[in-house]
Amino acid sequence: MAVMKAIRNEWKHFLKAKSLFFISLPALIVVFVFYYMPMYGIIIAFKDINYAKGIWGSDWVGFKNFEFFFNSQDAFRITRNTLLLNGTFIAIGIFFSIIIGLLLAELGRGLVKIFQTILFFPYFLSWVVVGFVSYILLNPSFGVINKVMEQFHLTAVDWYSEPKYWPIILTLTYLWKNVGYTAIIFFTGLISIDASYYEAASIDGATRFQQIRKISIPLIAPLITLLVILNVGRIFYSDFGLFYFIPRDAGMLYSTTDVVDTYVFRSLRVVGDLGMASAASLYQAVVGLVLVFSTNLIVRRFNKDNAIF
Amino acid sequence: MQKAVARERKNNPVIVLFFILVSILIIIPLLYVVSVSLSYDGDIARYGYKLIPERITFKAYSYLFQTPKALLQSYFITVTVTAIGTVLSLVLTSSVAYVMTRKDYRYSKITTFFVFFTLLFNAGLVPSYIIATNVLHIQNTIWALILPYGVSAWFTMLMKGFMDSLPFEIVESAKIDGSSELNTFLRIIIPLSKPALATVGLFYALAYWNDWWLAMLYIQDERLIPLQYYLQRIMSNIEFLTKSVQAGISIDLSEIPAESSRMAIAILAAGPMLFAFPFFQKYLIKGLTVGAVKG
Repeated sequence: MAVMKAIRNEWKHFLKAKSLFFISLPALIVVFVFYYMPMYGIIIAFKDINYAKGIWGSDWVGFKNFEFFFNSQDAFRITRNTLLLNGTFIAIGIFFSIIIGLLLAELGRGLVKIFQTILFFPYFLSWVVVGFVSYILLNPSFGVINKVMEQFHLTAVDWYSEPKYWPIILTLTYLWKNVGYTAIIFFTGLISIDASYYEAASIDGATRFQQIRKISIPLIAPLITLLVILNVGRIFYSDFGLFYFIPRDAGMLYSTTDVVDTYVFRSLRVVGDLGMASAASLYQAVVGLVLVFSTNLIVRRFNKDNAIF
Repeated sequence: MQKAVARERKNNPVIVLFFILVSILIIIPLLYVVSVSLSYDGDIARYGYKLIPERITFKAYSYLFQTPKALLQSYFITVTVTAIGTVLSLVLTSSVAYVMTRKDYRYSKITTFFVFFTLLFNAGLVPSYIIATNVLHIQNTIWALILPYGVSAWFTMLMKGFMDSLPFEIVESAKIDGSSELNTFLRIIIPLSKPALATVGLFYALAYWNDWWLAMLYIQDERLIPLQYYLQRIMSNIEFLTKSVQAGISIDLSEIPAESSRMAIAILAAGPMLFAFPFFQKYLIKGLTVGAVKG
């Protein structure tokens, strides 16, 4: 009875709020269909999927898919690659972005506009196009890098079959495409700092370098932490295009370029091993969630205001 | 923020030099793409890729424009997807962001949580793929290229950040004047949100224009292949160019300027972005500022 009353009560509230609810309903449906319905699909990882029987009708296999996945060498390889490469990208990327952001803030208006445009540009290109650009540099027979090396009497390298160079190549490509964008985020943070701080400091005889250390950096620190949390929280998710199009999906390079995302994609669409794919995919989702919560927790320890939730 | 006076100071030559070097590193690889697209394949075979072509030719472009069916088709798909997708995404994103900002709305908090939780936990590729193909059956339709990006929690956050700064009194006074919620939203909130709509719209347009991922997952139908995915397939297999261009007619592969054609298509795919970019930039940077301040 009490439940019925509560429902009736809620219904009354709902009727009052219904116009706003219906305004947002189409968006809620899209979010539900594309984000929440797949959550039900997580059970696929615990099943031996047989399309004839449907998702629910297929046989349960418990943790067997995970056993296969973690007993394969792939699990270690893709975990290591994902963490090391993305970790490097975050550390080096944010470091260079801060430097470039600080230096941009030292320039006068006209020059800022020009360099800002150039720095931002690669961010607008898709990974497919960037893949073409890197191919021009790395092509073993016609590539620019090998031609230059020839002129210095160095032996040409077959880049697409030498895995050891790829951590560096991927990092440089990542920087080329993304550093400008992040640098501009820092730059917009820097120019919003009240100019009177700097005026006061220079009256007191502080050098430009001291001003940067004591004013600029502390004032953009929250922005830095925010970007670090967001990135570390997503460290287990990779930018698929970078890891798929730049190494051109070359099998010889998997030992250093294969990450969880590319592995899941291949298992699903190329190999067709749904069990492996869904186990790896759920592994990623769970670790990803844990990482978001733990980074946020750590940040909240240090500074409550900087935590996201 | 208004106090950010443009600090007019002399440019330090070392810093200027630094940025000139960085700019060269960014621009040179792109110039190579242009140069290769204008080269003869014979010259490429002989000298490798050159920053300045030995001899300039527009053969690759004329070849592409002679048999443009597949290229035009994928252009058409990309333009359609970008146009429909951007409008649809803006409608969805602004409406849901608006109800989140209404503190008097009973379900505003739960709506916010419902959308932002998707940032924290994502079921992953396999379940999404299975649901899309086996439950929704959107594979090989244009909707597969649009709907999965319909509402981005990120852009909703950006939009909400902006709408939060609108004075609530406007909504209240509209209510007193007897305006319905939908009317208030469409006639008052939307016009006031134009800067945010421009910024978020550009981010969405960029995402749709540059997308190959959804096509790679869900599209097998040759007629529905968007530009970026078309480009990717040509990269892995130049024969795809001839096959799709002239189905059934066998042509001599050595006739095609393969190396230069590839790069020419890359330029045609990135070109529109290149021209639109200077106009976008102002809004995008504005968007970054909103995002940065609101977090």
